[in-house]
Amino acid sequence: MSRHTLSPHQYLILGLVSICAPLGDTCLSRGMTHLPAITLTHPGSLISAVFTPWIAIGIALLIGFFASYLTALSWADLTYVLPATAFGNVIVALLSKFWLHEPISLERWTGIVLITIGVGFVAQGPSRTERPAETSPDVRPAVAEGERVP
Amino acid sequence: MILSSSSAHPGPWTAAAMVAAVVLLSTAGEVLTAAAMQSIGDLDEIRARSGMKGAIRAVITSPLFFAGVGFLALAFFALLFALNHLDLSLVAPASASLTLVTNAIAARLFLHENVDRRRWASAVFVCVGVYLLAH
Repeated sequence: MSRHTLSPHQYLILGLVSICAPLGDTCLSRGMTHLPAITLTHPGSLISAVFTPWIAIGIALLIGFFASYLTALSWADLTYVLPATAFGNVIVALLSKFWLHEPISLERWTGIVLITIGVGFVAQGPSRTERPAETSPDVRPAVAEGERVP
Repeated sequence: MILSSSSAHPGPWTAAAMVAAVVLLSTAGEVLTAAAMQSIGDLDEIRARSGMKGAIRAVITSPLFFAGVGFLALAFFALLFALNHLDLSLVAPASASLTLVTNAIAARLFLHENVDRRRWASAVFVCVGVYLLAH
């Protein structure tokens, strides 16, 4: 791990980061558009909306995104993880093209190519900045037991 | 782009301030959350040693984590406020793409991450790409 290369399990976590957020947003959007208009005079309808299938799936996916995002940040730099979150937009655009057969403009294809190149740049490098503290063997177990590192 | 807003919309400086508020609050939230997770350590290792409860306890006992989540919540409300006054086609791509660049700057300054040429290039490519894709 001295060069901070990722294991297949960690790539899986990054994949979940990429795909859970846009899919969760899509499920929320689909769920909310199928509901009648919600007004502030009936806030209870907002609570009941949480228990409809699409919105419940969307919330579960967004919880999954946040858990995998936090996990990824615990072993990779922020500037390494953030492009992965942006790559989710590419996945959704490609799904909408090849699954839903929606047209994609030249502008959006350019965006897809640029994001893919950007993610490729970062993925080739180390996932984490080397820090002297990381060589100390007693740092992580201390935190694991719920103690603070001074 | 900002100048093209209709007369009913806020002026360009107000619009820029709204987008800047979303970007800065979001950046603060991301950096604080990342700092929290760095100080906690590898969650996979903690989970292997102390189980899922231990991993959750390590996260929710971190003040930095709650500070980060607080700023992310403020960024969300700032986004809702901006969407109430500005077009989605302006706010969503502008805030999403600019946040990538400000995060790279903040990660270098506050988290002391090694943001080398490769990561700067990536930030710029993804920033422009997200703008084109979300616009």
